[in-house]
Amino acid sequence: MAVENKRVKGDVLLTITGLKIEGKSEDTWNPIIKGVDLTLKRGEVLGLIGESGAGKSTLGLAGMGFARPGCRFTAGSIVFDGIDLLAASDEEKRALWGSRIAYVAQSASASFNPAHRLMDQVVETATERGIMQRETAEADAIDLFKRLQLPSPDTIGLRFPHQVSGGQLQRAMTAMAMSCRPDMIIFDEPTTALDVTTQVEVLAAMRRIVEEFNTAAIYITHDLAVVAQMAHRIMVLRYGNLVEEADTRKMLKSPTQDYTKSLWAVRALQKPESPSDDIVLDVSHVTASYSNSAKVLDDVTVKIPRGRTVAIVGESGSGKSTLARAITGLLPPSSGTISFNGKPLSAKLADRDKDTLRRIQMIYQSADTALNPRQRVRDIIGRPVEFYLGLKGADRDRRVVELLEAIELNESYIDRLPSEMSGGQKQRISIARALAANPEVIICDEVTSALDQIVQEEILKLLMKLQKDTNVTYLFITHDIATVRAISDEIVVMHKGKVVQQGLKSKVLNPPFPAYTELLLSSVPQMDPDWLTTLLESRKAKA
Amino acid sequence: MHPVLKVVLQRLALGFLTLFAVSIIIFSTLSFLPGGYAQNILGQGATPETVAAFNHELGLDRPAPVRYIEWITNAVQGDFGNSYSGTTGNIKRSVSSVIGPRLYNTFFLAAMAAIIAVPVALLLGVLAALYRNSWFDRAVNSLTLTTIATPDFLIAYLLVFFLAVKLRWFSPLSTVSETTPFFEHIYKAILPAATMTLVIVAHMMRMTRASIINLLASPYIEMAQLKGMSKAQVILKHALPNAWAPIATVIAFNMAYLVVGVVITEVVFVYPGIGQLMVDSVSSRDMPIVQACALIFAATYILLNLLADVVAIATNPRLLHPK
Amino acid sequence: MTNTTPLRTVKARRTFLENVIRTLKSAPTSAWFGMIVILIYLIAAVFAPLIAPYGEAEVLGKAYLPSSAEHFLGTDQLGRDIFSRLIYGARNTIGIALLTTLISFFVGGTLGILAALKRGWLDQGVSRVVDAFLAIPVLIFALMMLAVVGKGIGNLILILALLDSTRVFRLARAVALNSAVMDYVEAARLRGEGTGWIVFREIVPNILPPLITEFGLRFCFVFLTIAALSFLGVGIQPPTADWGSMVAENKSLINFPVRTFPYIPAPFYPAGAIALLTVAVNFVVDWFLHKTSGLRDGS
Repeated sequence: MAVENKRVKGDVLLTITGLKIEGKSEDTWNPIIKGVDLTLKRGEVLGLIGESGAGKSTLGLAGMGFARPGCRFTAGSIVFDGIDLLAASDEEKRALWGSRIAYVAQSASASFNPAHRLMDQVVETATERGIMQRETAEADAIDLFKRLQLPSPDTIGLRFPHQVSGGQLQRAMTAMAMSCRPDMIIFDEPTTALDVTTQVEVLAAMRRIVEEFNTAAIYITHDLAVVAQMAHRIMVLRYGNLVEEADTRKMLKSPTQDYTKSLWAVRALQKPESPSDDIVLDVSHVTASYSNSAKVLDDVTVKIPRGRTVAIVGESGSGKSTLARAITGLLPPSSGTISFNGKPLSAKLADRDKDTLRRIQMIYQSADTALNPRQRVRDIIGRPVEFYLGLKGADRDRRVVELLEAIELNESYIDRLPSEMSGGQKQRISIARALAANPEVIICDEVTSALDQIVQEEILKLLMKLQKDTNVTYLFITHDIATVRAISDEIVVMHKGKVVQQGLKSKVLNPPFPAYTELLLSSVPQMDPDWLTTLLESRKAKA
Repeated sequence: MHPVLKVVLQRLALGFLTLFAVSIIIFSTLSFLPGGYAQNILGQGATPETVAAFNHELGLDRPAPVRYIEWITNAVQGDFGNSYSGTTGNIKRSVSSVIGPRLYNTFFLAAMAAIIAVPVALLLGVLAALYRNSWFDRAVNSLTLTTIATPDFLIAYLLVFFLAVKLRWFSPLSTVSETTPFFEHIYKAILPAATMTLVIVAHMMRMTRASIINLLASPYIEMAQLKGMSKAQVILKHALPNAWAPIATVIAFNMAYLVVGVVITEVVFVYPGIGQLMVDSVSSRDMPIVQACALIFAATYILLNLLADVVAIATNPRLLHPK
Repeated sequence: MTNTTPLRTVKARRTFLENVIRTLKSAPTSAWFGMIVILIYLIAAVFAPLIAPYGEAEVLGKAYLPSSAEHFLGTDQLGRDIFSRLIYGARNTIGIALLTTLISFFVGGTLGILAALKRGWLDQGVSRVVDAFLAIPVLIFALMMLAVVGKGIGNLILILALLDSTRVFRLARAVALNSAVMDYVEAARLRGEGTGWIVFREIVPNILPPLITEFGLRFCFVFLTIAALSFLGVGIQPPTADWGSMVAENKSLINFPVRTFPYIPAPFYPAGAIALLTVAVNFVVDWFLHKTSGLRDGS
């Protein structure tokens, strides 16, 4: 076919040289991309990896010659198949977009127009440009739906975006990008918003179709294991600069730069498990629901040993955060009991005394919402010191400084506002606030998931050290298996409001697995570039 | 039942409930009157007997719920009782006969203003949103900000001063009667309608601009751009189908300014509508007329908002195409 | 962000006064214009008896005199000095509007924050009543209430404060709700803090900027409504000098232009005074809005 002929693998398709991009904030232009070179060959998949603020999305969009409102190109060149995108007119760029360069966005549910059926949106570029007749385009879209293994491919196009699940929408968006058989697709964190079990299917579908049509792609993500499955070559970005670039296998095996090495570090953190029978918190047959809706917790029984870390794992909707709300008294259970140190806890928060409240503390996912932006560190940490322990004035401040030192910050932070600290520092302040109460149990609700890899590791290390020093018990709620593997003693697996399994780390993470645990564990991407291939083969063999 | 129909019916029920609540509020204001209405009308020197006789004549001695039900059942049939100003003489003037012709005049004026204002405001608002931060946007922005900050009567008098007194294109007074021919009525209503138009356009344009900008920030709009759609296609095919709900809300919301504007404008131009009637009746404390006018204004406002919500519901794809 | 991310520099602690001066220096021209106008109005309002050349209701001579050395802006329909009445008008009109807005914020703000925090029947009850009130335009409701309780400054203030407080309630409830669902409020509740601490230490400091903005806008609205009511003859009553009624008193000059009284600007002075103040407040509010929404705190 003529369309296929132009795809000779090996020719350079996209060349970016010395690119600089600035973004406007508070009336000043700040550099986002500080001079990056990039080449992409036909049929090649390039992984762009970096933490938040690395400029990877901005660079990806620049590959289309597009700058978001509030951003501007200041230097360099972007040449796509001989066309200088920075010199091209809007008309010329529009002619490329959708047909020769396509884009797959992070949130499919927000990026599909709610007012139109999927099919109308998928074939829009092809028909509007006159590349295909409507009938041909629709038949081709149905073919793409099949290849992407969407359920009922003949009729799914008739649906509206809100009638389709997130994972399916993401595949439909890939079909939309593929509709004109583009030379290049930009995937901008396409699976970040999905649960791991859904992510596997979407990753597999995207990888297969890109291979089938020999499409070049730029795959943007912050997840190394994901990019390892998708990309031939990886570029690591940091603060708008290129840190390191290598073929995927080489990059995984022997990263040369310190920063790249550090990205691997959290996986290296390992705490040996240690069993205990001294139960501090005993959740027994708890059922709970938000006003009149379905049960969010269904007969949940969990035992939490003193001085240990119990990880509660599950995907969204598993009820793991609701369990925390039931324990803290924010959501009184409709049946079941929760005992603390052998004595039953009052179901309602208002019925608990100050000393009970002191003993169970909580740390939240996002320090930005958990710390009052109008309070200084002195008050954020000082308040529980004063409230629970009655320390005032200089005594209070002295204790605040001690706590700051315990979280590896120092006295100079005492007058800062949350906005004057980095994400990791803010999360440390949250930890200090919980610690200030001298608690027995700390509930950690996804405390590392909003943080970058390196910071995650530092926070986890700090939590481990504090546990060693104070024998505090952690109830660690997370969806991240790597974190669980690193720090827990015991693991509770939850699914749809029920406890699937509870046991020591060594037991839960090793076979034999209950069906859901196996699905969950096997879906977590590994650093091995062959992981996805192997997994798909083994699942196929079983089916 | 289809979800759209269900939600529309729910919204209608809520609307009529609001209307009911508002009618109770309007009715019960009368009972807040210190010393009672009769005392106020007849003066402090009135004997208890005269007060009782007066109350009996007006039917004010019956229990409030009874009077409310009577008032509201008659009101929905267009009968608002008799004007108090007629009760001392022999001729009783019914409220509806006083309000009737004036209501027509007011709706005539309001419709004229709305017909000009709505398209102009929407056009300006959309243009300002599309050409955000251009000189056009800035000019329209400061102009509308100034208009909003200016009292309605100043705008009215400025128009009168320049167009009627200086240029003599129009008369400074808009006196019309039931015998005024249609086109003369339009001519006489131009200045008051222009006053109200200026006020509403300012408010409505700013809200339109804000909601369109909000809409254009949606990820699906960026996606349409990145699919290579032209600016016109992005606006017409991707933004417009989602814009009906916010636009309907903006229009209905701004009709409140129309209701307020009509009162002041009618007084400025001595235009015989219910706004002016209400102000006169407030001064003479003719309660049946005041209540009738308030009920009409409030009902119009509530029904317009109801209509906007129904439009929003009926254009919501999530409700049109349920899972 | 990582620990090594370049931080927003922590500036040396400044005194409150230094902060105010620094902020003022960065204000744009429109905001400066607004602040100067407001300042002049406030001075006129506070020192009215010292500044005004004549008394508030002093009849001095012939009606409708054009502007002259004795009468800077001429005289009105009863032969009173317009300039003096304008100055006294600042005191009356602004004072009444300010008092009304303060009452309305106290009532509406308190109820709104409590409703957002407590939810449940208090929230439901007050919200439903407020919804019914919101369905009636303020001017219409005010006219009706004034017909019932009679004209008078006290009635005017109470009625407008009541009606306006329903609008304040809705905003205060909305912004407080945004703050009340934040984790830091939940953290305070889990700590066992009482309502007082949660409201005044956790929520109020965070919703102050939008509330201050709203105060400016509500003041403009109340101010314009009072002017409109006075213009309609049911607001502030003569002989009290008030800008709305001053327009009404002299409006016949425009509606019935007579050759013998060529002095047309009389009604435009008070009307212009009203417009200038609302424009000024709007400019300052606009600037404040831009500052508080665009920038983080502490800067």
